[in-house]
Amino acid sequence: MSVLDSPAPSSRLASVGATAALELRGVTRMFGALAAIADVSLTVRPGERRAVLGSNGAGKTTLFNCITGDILPTSGTVRLFGEDVTRFPPYERIRRGLRRTYQISLLFPGLSVADSVYLACRGVSRWRYSLLRPRTGDPLLMRTAELIEAVHLTPARDRLVSELSYGQQRQLEIALALAGAPRLILFDEPAAGLSPAERRELVEILTTLPRHIGFVIIEHDMDVALRVAESVTMLHNGRVFKEGAPDEIEDDPEVQALYLGGAHG
Amino acid sequence: MAVAARTRSTLAATGRAAADPGIEAPWFARIPTGVWLVGAVLLTMPAYANNFVLFQVFGWSFILGIIALSLMFLAGYGGMVSLIQMTVAGLAGYMVAILGPSGTEQISLGLSWWIYLPVALAVATLFGTLVGTLAVRTEGIYTIMITLAIASAFFYFTRQNYTIFNGYNGFTLVRPPDLFGVDWRQPVPFYYLSLACAALCYAAVVYVARAPFGLALQGIRDNARRMAALGYNVTAHRILAYGFASVLAAVGGVLLVWQNGQIAPGTAGIPAVIDILVIAVVGGLRRPIGPFIGALIYVVLSSFAPDILTAFGLEPDRFKLIVGLGFLAAVFFSPDGVLGLWDRWQARRARRPDPLTGKVP
Ligand SMILES: Nc1ncnc2c1ncn2[C@@H]1O[C@H](COP(=O)(O)OP(=O)(O)O)[C@@H](O)[C@H]1O
Ligand SMILES: [Mg+2]
Repeated sequence: MSVLDSPAPSSRLASVGATAALELRGVTRMFGALAAIADVSLTVRPGERRAVLGSNGAGKTTLFNCITGDILPTSGTVRLFGEDVTRFPPYERIRRGLRRTYQISLLFPGLSVADSVYLACRGVSRWRYSLLRPRTGDPLLMRTAELIEAVHLTPARDRLVSELSYGQQRQLEIALALAGAPRLILFDEPAAGLSPAERRELVEILTTLPRHIGFVIIEHDMDVALRVAESVTMLHNGRVFKEGAPDEIEDDPEVQALYLGGAHG
Repeated sequence: MAVAARTRSTLAATGRAAADPGIEAPWFARIPTGVWLVGAVLLTMPAYANNFVLFQVFGWSFILGIIALSLMFLAGYGGMVSLIQMTVAGLAGYMVAILGPSGTEQISLGLSWWIYLPVALAVATLFGTLVGTLAVRTEGIYTIMITLAIASAFFYFTRQNYTIFNGYNGFTLVRPPDLFGVDWRQPVPFYYLSLACAALCYAAVVYVARAPFGLALQGIRDNARRMAALGYNVTAHRILAYGFASVLAAVGGVLLVWQNGQIAPGTAGIPAVIDILVIAVVGGLRRPIGPFIGALIYVVLSSFAPDILTAFGLEPDRFKLIVGLGFLAAVFFSPDGVLGLWDRWQARRARRPDPLTGKVP
């Protein structure tokens, strides 16, 4: 997976004390009278790997949507790499190194795997609207091939996305999020619906990501979540309920009561 | 599925060639035999077709095909059904008549071609892009409605404005410039001129469809939200797509005014606007050849159906009825137009059992 090291952004040098990769302050999002997330504050350091836990409807996806700009928060601020991006459109945030995957695959049914990944590489490059076709040996084409290899989709590279299996679509989601030079990736339930073998592949991909890439992962499968994450945020009814190291959270009686008490969706 | 098979990436092929230099065949060797054949027939057409067929049937088909191609580009690759393309063409035609020489001497400026041609193309492109700026904020039926509204506004404006557009009368005696000492309005030169423009526009669309610009447009068609999450400014890209399509429509409009020798509000009237939609849909919106097939069908019907109808004792202008029925049939039986029928026929042929082994491939 060493291919994912290049191109190395300068943030690799970022260490403790540097600006946070992500900083939420008092973020609230209302849907009518319902606060899908309420007064959420959260800081993710550069390179940090964080799991977000919470039962169904806890507001995890809404939290991601507010970070990427897919929806705007009702109040509160979102800072990415030190910059206030609360009102930025999604593409501006993506160009600053943020990526995400979607809980329900959002892909391009009419394009091939290779074209989709190429578009993902191109989206954060200059000349993304070029009228000229890439030439043989275009670095972005090489990069496309590497990414497809990294998520084990090389045999399916010329297939249309609409013809892929569910598991392959999930892998493609991840390839799209790894394209360009990501600094912070949001994974929304990447393991949902995967077979045990596919889960192992996923964990391998996540644990071998270059250290400068931080991520936040929403995951119901505690095993997966606790294996890849260094810190955990627990959401409940749209609020931050607990924050801490994985073993603290796992052993926390309140969390156990919530999680094992049937609230787990 | 046959359609799906055709739309597969060429990017992937380029990627493989990158790993394997020297394997890839030169570009002309990758052009299918069918294209060579059609090309050869079209190039030698003046040897066996009469002037009417050259000028009226093929010349007009190429022009309508180019204008419908600009709609195909927006609708097929971008998922945006724009009814403004005929108006963009009309505006380009008007600019040629207004800036260049025409029989309406009190208005026409009589500038030379190297001024009026680029200005006409630029003005029409700017107009189409501006309309796109308004239209891209809408989706589906609303895109159709807003572009149709602007198209009809343009029609009424040209009919009422006498200072620039000469109102109801429009412009007559608009002639192409005598470049290289050729009278381009003669059937054979005009045939080659419109063929060359059609081929260029077609090649441009085929090329751009596989370039980042076209790929991104198809990505936006499939999933605009995901494209935004990949760093694309979806709105800006849609507007640029209108700009690109407008250039094509403008080229068609210049040829149209040269072919007709005149331009009037009706050139870009509502029936003409709808005809472009019908042509693109009947031909097929999935591939750039569709609009040309649709245009040829339309032109052949409108050139010969009146005679046939008269022979049956019917009103000659009932040919629109035939075109309309054809449109209905296309929408009902083959939403991908004539191209869709062809694809289905190919798919069925491919599924036929092998006569030797009895196996279905
Ligand atoms: N677009 C929306 N419109 C209305 N309500 C929404 C919308 N998105 C989410 N919600 C509501 O917000 C709450 C949190 O949803 P979500 O963030 O998807 O939860 P999770 O991802 O943790 O399962 C749920 O009650 C859900 O019904
Ligand atoms: Mg969710």
